[in-house]
Amino acid sequence: MKDVLLIVPALDGPSRKAIELAGVTPTEVGSTKLNDIARCEPETGFDGAIVDATAVNFTDAMNLCRQLRQRERAISPIILILDRYQLDELTFREDLFDDFVVAPVDASELAARLHHRLRRAGHEGSTSLVEEGGLVLNLETYQATIDGRAMDLTYMEYELLRFLATNPQRVFTRETLLNRVWGYEYYGGARTVDVHIRRLRAKLGEENAHLIQTVRSVGYKFGGDREF
Amino acid sequence: MQNQVQYVLRTVEERGVRFVQLWFTDVLGRHKAFHVTPAELEDALDDGMTFDGSAIDGFSRTRESDVLARPDLTTFQLLPWHAAGEGVARVFCDIVNTDGSVFEGCPRQQLRRVLSDAHGQGYTFYVAPELEYFYFSEVGGTSGPIPVDNGSYFDLLPDNAGSVLRRHTVLTLEEMGIGVEHAQHEDAPGQYEIDLRYTDALTMADHVMTTRHVIKELARQSGLVASFMPKPLSHEQGSGMHTHLSLWRGEENAFIGDGPYGLSTLAQQFIAGLVRHAPEITAVTNQWVNSYKRLVPGHEAPVNAAWSHHIPSSLVRVPTVKAGRMESTRLEYRAPDPAANPYLAFAVILAAGLKGIEGGYELPAEGESVTSLPRSLAEAVDLMEQSDLLHQTLGDHLVEWFLRNKREEWASYRSEVTPFEWARYLPLL
Repeated sequence: MKDVLLIVPALDGPSRKAIELAGVTPTEVGSTKLNDIARCEPETGFDGAIVDATAVNFTDAMNLCRQLRQRERAISPIILILDRYQLDELTFREDLFDDFVVAPVDASELAARLHHRLRRAGHEGSTSLVEEGGLVLNLETYQATIDGRAMDLTYMEYELLRFLATNPQRVFTRETLLNRVWGYEYYGGARTVDVHIRRLRAKLGEENAHLIQTVRSVGYKFGGDREF
Repeated sequence: MQNQVQYVLRTVEERGVRFVQLWFTDVLGRHKAFHVTPAELEDALDDGMTFDGSAIDGFSRTRESDVLARPDLTTFQLLPWHAAGEGVARVFCDIVNTDGSVFEGCPRQQLRRVLSDAHGQGYTFYVAPELEYFYFSEVGGTSGPIPVDNGSYFDLLPDNAGSVLRRHTVLTLEEMGIGVEHAQHEDAPGQYEIDLRYTDALTMADHVMTTRHVIKELARQSGLVASFMPKPLSHEQGSGMHTHLSLWRGEENAFIGDGPYGLSTLAQQFIAGLVRHAPEITAVTNQWVNSYKRLVPGHEAPVNAAWSHHIPSSLVRVPTVKAGRMESTRLEYRAPDPAANPYLAFAVILAAGLKGIEGGYELPAEGESVTSLPRSLAEAVDLMEQSDLLHQTLGDHLVEWFLRNKREEWASYRSEVTPFEWARYLPLL
């Protein structure tokens, strides 16, 4: 699940690029009023906010940050965008935001700060390890271990295993796996999936091969139960 | 793409990789590589590696000669025979022009293009080759190479050195994600066979390159020499690369049908395409002077373009399918040898078969010889030159270079006086 980020008031070129780089979903709200923001909030809440203090009144921006912090569903992290001459204004307001960048915004800097702050806030931490049976997938380092041993996986094997393991107990057809893991432009066919599943099972070893189950005349699913 | 780069960079870091080899293949199917350190890797992944193409066979062009090796990150793989902490990984590269366009001399992209065309018509092409090769304990002598398990000359090596090595090779291949169906000792002394489990043709061409490298490397580590030379010993059978083929439409094997041996009309047209175009593609599937010493009567190698169910010397064989295993319906194309360029070989085999489907070719009678295969490299090259199919499939740049190179090879062979001639003529003439 992608993080959903509150953007006040709107994205411009570089910040839009940063959002893409960071791989988060933006929700733009052109108002600094808490009520307007609450109306656009997803059920699971915002995972963070970018407040562009160069595009709204600076005092309104600061008030908004305070309200976002103080309300029941506090939003964190909050990243400010501001002009260089506004830097002095930050004194004694350090508690209102988590990080800031100075305009003109550098897309990769903002993306890196976002990424870092989201991680610190634990939005990513919860999903970076997938464990099932003897298998541990570290989504952060792209490494997989089985019973503590590192698995040598090709990129496509890793991607297939990651896709299955992060969607446990769901049955996928070969065609779906091919499209989701390899992409639509791939010149190979559905049998490629079988080849990779066979390779993965061999690498998981006899003890753990059951982690990937064949669902007769449908496809494959990932799951720990041994019933076929 | 970004994920793939991250995957490679993180794996290099986490697994202590010290070198990454960027692999590519010249037109003749020879293995080439750059070696980069992790420090340089990121640049190589982002921008590719520029090099002077004129130094590589088949890459030379009249004017601009700089080309770019661009890694295909899906092929990133650790080489298991390097110790932990001193890890070496490899990644296959595509060769592109400096402006990013496809370089016509890159065999890997030629195959990819042919596969994409087939994919556009709804087909996926799967192949499973059987690689035959020899282990020799010595190759430098004047009396020819000495097979490893012909113990009478040499007692230095235990009898089963070849089998031990083959077993080790199979395990290494499996570890690298290359499925081995089975492996066995072959007819000739020191001759072995490793059959790879089917994959799509591009992955398989990469696998063949890797397998040849692994077989040679592990043999070298054991003080032996492995060779894919098509016919290394005069009176023994040569090494082939019989290639099993199937064409799929989605999850359906398009070769299954109601015709003879459970073949579809499409499969029959594919066979007809193979037998009709076999002579012109032989220069690619059997590209060396020595290849034609294997394609002679008497050693189960094909000499005529015919198909059959069980005659072992047929060019195209329709293997028996086990009861209940209809989906393994396939054809076996028996001309290629393991010294071919697998990218180009798979490309021309597919093109010949598809031509049969496109043209709705009629299947000739079983066992009937449609035409004979070329008997020498010179004949094969002449047939290649006249072939529209090859010009269409491989492009003019590649075909012209190939013709030039092969005619030179033939010319220098023709002027050599051989031990055969001394033995035969000196006493007589």
